[in-house]
Amino acid sequence: MARRNDPFAQPIDWLTLLLYLGCVTIGWLNVYAAVYSPEDQTSLFDMSTNAGKQLMWIGTTVILIICILVVNHTFFDTFAFVFYGVMIAMLLLVLVAGANINGSRSWIKFGGFQLQPAEFAKMATALALAKYLDIPGVSLNKQKDLLYIGAIIVLPCILILASNETGSTLVFASFVIMLYREGLPGWIPAIGIAAVALLILALIFSKLYIFIGIVVLIGIVILLMPRYNRTINNLLSMGIVAIVMMVYVAGVDFFVNDVLQKHQRNRIKVLVDPTIDPLGVGWNVTQAKIAIGSGRLYGKGFLEGTQTKLDFVPEQSTDFIFCTIGEEHGFLGSFVIIALFVGLLTRIVILAEKQRTKFARVYGYCVAGIIFFHLMINIGMTIGLMPVIGIPLPFFSYGGSSLWSFSILLFIFLKLDSRRSSLMRR
Amino acid sequence: MLENRKWVIIGVFCIVGLLYLARLFYLQVLDDTYSLGASKNSIKRVIEIPYRGQIYDRNNKLLVDNTPVYDLYVTPKQARISDTLAFCQLMNLTKSDFDSIMGLAKNYSLVKPSLFMRRLSKEDFARIQDALVDFRGFKPMISSVRSYPGHTLANALGYISEISRKKLDEQEYPYYRQGDYIGQNGLEEQYEEQLRGRRGVKFIMQNVHGVNKGSWKDGAFDTLAVAGKNLITGIDSDLQRFADSLMQHKVGAIVAVDPSTGEILASVSAPTYDPSLLSTRVFSKNYRELIKNPYKPLINRPIMASYRPGSTFKLIQALVAQQDGTLLPQTVYGHAGSPMRCHCRGGNDLRGAIGNSCNPYFYQVFRKMLYNNAEKNTFKASAVGLAKWHERVEKFGIGQRLGVDLPSELRGNLPDVPYYDKMYHGANRWKFSYVSSLSIGEGELLISPLKLVNLAASIANRGWFITPHYIKGFGKPGENVPAEYLERHDTGVERQYFLPVIDGMRRAVLSGSAKSANIYGIDMCGKTGTSQNAKYGHKFDHSIFVGFAPMNDPKIAVVAFVENAGWGGDVAAPIAALVAERFIKGKTDSKHLAARLMAASYLPPIAGVPAPRKAVPMKKDTTRYLDTTRIPTPKAIAPKPLMTANQRQSTPMAGAGGI
Repeated sequence: MARRNDPFAQPIDWLTLLLYLGCVTIGWLNVYAAVYSPEDQTSLFDMSTNAGKQLMWIGTTVILIICILVVNHTFFDTFAFVFYGVMIAMLLLVLVAGANINGSRSWIKFGGFQLQPAEFAKMATALALAKYLDIPGVSLNKQKDLLYIGAIIVLPCILILASNETGSTLVFASFVIMLYREGLPGWIPAIGIAAVALLILALIFSKLYIFIGIVVLIGIVILLMPRYNRTINNLLSMGIVAIVMMVYVAGVDFFVNDVLQKHQRNRIKVLVDPTIDPLGVGWNVTQAKIAIGSGRLYGKGFLEGTQTKLDFVPEQSTDFIFCTIGEEHGFLGSFVIIALFVGLLTRIVILAEKQRTKFARVYGYCVAGIIFFHLMINIGMTIGLMPVIGIPLPFFSYGGSSLWSFSILLFIFLKLDSRRSSLMRR
Repeated sequence: MLENRKWVIIGVFCIVGLLYLARLFYLQVLDDTYSLGASKNSIKRVIEIPYRGQIYDRNNKLLVDNTPVYDLYVTPKQARISDTLAFCQLMNLTKSDFDSIMGLAKNYSLVKPSLFMRRLSKEDFARIQDALVDFRGFKPMISSVRSYPGHTLANALGYISEISRKKLDEQEYPYYRQGDYIGQNGLEEQYEEQLRGRRGVKFIMQNVHGVNKGSWKDGAFDTLAVAGKNLITGIDSDLQRFADSLMQHKVGAIVAVDPSTGEILASVSAPTYDPSLLSTRVFSKNYRELIKNPYKPLINRPIMASYRPGSTFKLIQALVAQQDGTLLPQTVYGHAGSPMRCHCRGGNDLRGAIGNSCNPYFYQVFRKMLYNNAEKNTFKASAVGLAKWHERVEKFGIGQRLGVDLPSELRGNLPDVPYYDKMYHGANRWKFSYVSSLSIGEGELLISPLKLVNLAASIANRGWFITPHYIKGFGKPGENVPAEYLERHDTGVERQYFLPVIDGMRRAVLSGSAKSANIYGIDMCGKTGTSQNAKYGHKFDHSIFVGFAPMNDPKIAVVAFVENAGWGGDVAAPIAALVAERFIKGKTDSKHLAARLMAASYLPPIAGVPAPRKAVPMKKDTTRYLDTTRIPTPKAIAPKPLMTANQRQSTPMAGAGGI
């Protein structure tokens, strides 16, 4: 009994911990490299630089992790909704009294430090979702439950959107992965993917071509149908699908050109044509690609990067940290980072599947989804595959809020997992 | 069942990871457009060419100025020309010209400006300026070209032109780029670094199309251009133009220096050209014409022509022989025993020998100098004596580069022992009688006008000289003058030995060979020379005169070379005297003489070749209004090839030619 209560006696998943430590250390070194200038050779531990501050953030993170590992595992289970409520309150507070930084009212300032509640909203929402799905009888096949789940996700989304943090809002789409695992019908994510694909097509090609494309596609599908399936009903529904798609494309066109604000429109359009806004968003993408591309196979070497040093790449220690890696460590460095992340994600999924409680499993998938989404968007935007959305690269990007939130997110899961292990051993 | 969905999810993770790795592999390994070179395209260094320094004369008159010109650029994409015909008329272009220029511009870039028309003058630009408003896409850019308010001194000034491939490759620090302008020849080349100033660099952001998008980092890394320094020269432009006009229709050179400072007051190379010919749009055409001209106007004769000094060299002989101890002022030699002919009656002392330019006298002087040693064998004694003589003469700057502040100064020739050993195929195979023509400045001696005027300055100073130079200062007179132009060089001959020589020079002007240089009120001292030319197949000898004035407080040392003009006293002496008079008095009293000399022509006519460009006559020079019809015109001179610069004769010459 004494053993069970001793938090450190419960085994933590060492592989995940190692992957985590690898990410944080490499991230920290690259934050140093990103702001390093040969003229004033600052130390890795200089507190006035980003690298020094990041070290301090890492230190505080360690304290947080210890706290998480010390508390009873039932704490998160029990207080999941409380966390959620507190987080909603914080988001509301930030809307009223938040500090305005870079055009978004999403920061709480105390003393010299700033904290972004939106970063923690993901974790609280994940806990709330896990808690809700853990309730016996809740099923994703029931409309009422789907509605509640949707509400849990959408509520913080609206609040974050209101504080002008589009990037953080989009991250909430990552819960689809968890919902899919928990039984969300496959056609819902399929529609989502189709919608995104049509959106991109609508940006590249004119409406007319897409309309023709849709008609041709539907025609081919009908031709390929077995003859006995060509009922009036089926043909009618195919027709409806085609019309819905066309309306959607027309709507996208209207939305992009008339509803979105200019900088948002450019962020999307620049994905298709980086020359559209060469000194704004296109600048970032072009410079990021140049920095990464100039790294070649082996990279220029640690602290030898020129593109990131000369401030060609904006935000090079936060959102564009991957450029530093790509430039200084080349394709091999990029390979290591992506392998590290895919390994971590796979490990989390495998661990989640092993969980005995639905709460822990749902939460685990949430963690994997959130990290995956960040990774996909962040690296994708630096290599020109994703629109520029200002979200950090987990464990790498400079900044206390993001490091804290991702560490808390991950270690709550590890704590839940260690509980599972001790349960098994019993 | 739902549990299997984890494989879908893990699959998605892996697919995205692989997709990104593939993209990264493409970006980083396969596609090299993103490597460093690409980034240079985003930030452009734009060079700002500073204003080139002007060149002034000693009285603060402009010799070289910068004139703004306009280069017209066109950006094809923006160009809107409603009426092409009207536009072509305005620009003075034909339709096909217009089409070809626009075609080239479009070929280069639709969005970047291309040069449409180069170096439009201010007048031309004013004419089209208003009309340009109607034609969008055309943008004038101001630049400047050299202009020459003095219209003179072309050879010494040099010119500026695009840097050559060779110079571009040779430069130590990569400062110049293809298409940059650089000083060529003359002072423009010599003082290139100071005149050009320092180029500024601006970093400008450009998008992928190379269109400017403002300065990078608000100009934090920009450097400002520093304008070039103004060069003040010692030239007196009034004197220069007067000397120019004296050298009309002649081939030769005049150099005048201030003996006390070594500053060059005037340097004429005749025939010359208008320097503005080489700063126009048609530089290469004009340059080609100049280089094909048989009178070789591009040769800067004061420093690049080599003549035998003739009798003027007797001055050095008299000085070094006295210093050698083998000649006293009162030494008398007759004509006997010398193979050289003479026009005087003989029996002169040193003063008289210089005044009358006695050839046999200096034959004996040189002979005594060479044999003044312990060697019994005449062959060996000659070698020892010549070595000693060479050493003394060398101190006057003969046979070496003086170090004037112009590139391409020639060495000339002062023969020494190895030179004759080589010529006669071995040591001790020659003696005094073989080289005796050196005694009167003929034979293998070659000297430039500048070296001769330096000799006159040394005599005027009674023993020392300052290397002749053009510079008087940068920005202000006396500032940043190189140290070598402040340093006195000792000739190694004591002051006392100069006095009889100066007496002799004065006597030459008063009653001797240089009587034509005797202008009232300037106390000229001088020595004529006749550089042997006729005996090498030409009809006439070169006329030389060297002198300084006034005798007791020399203000100016001057030398005149006139090719194919005969004896030194005929043409060169009065020309030099007129130059000295002009400088000392500030005006010309001997107008009649000046007019005659200006009109005189000693140009060897060359069939089928247009006459070279005349020096621009002086404005407001009263001599122009004289009735020149009464002045007898000189006889036409028979055509013959020119004595070209730096021509060497390898056979030893003895004979009379000096006057």
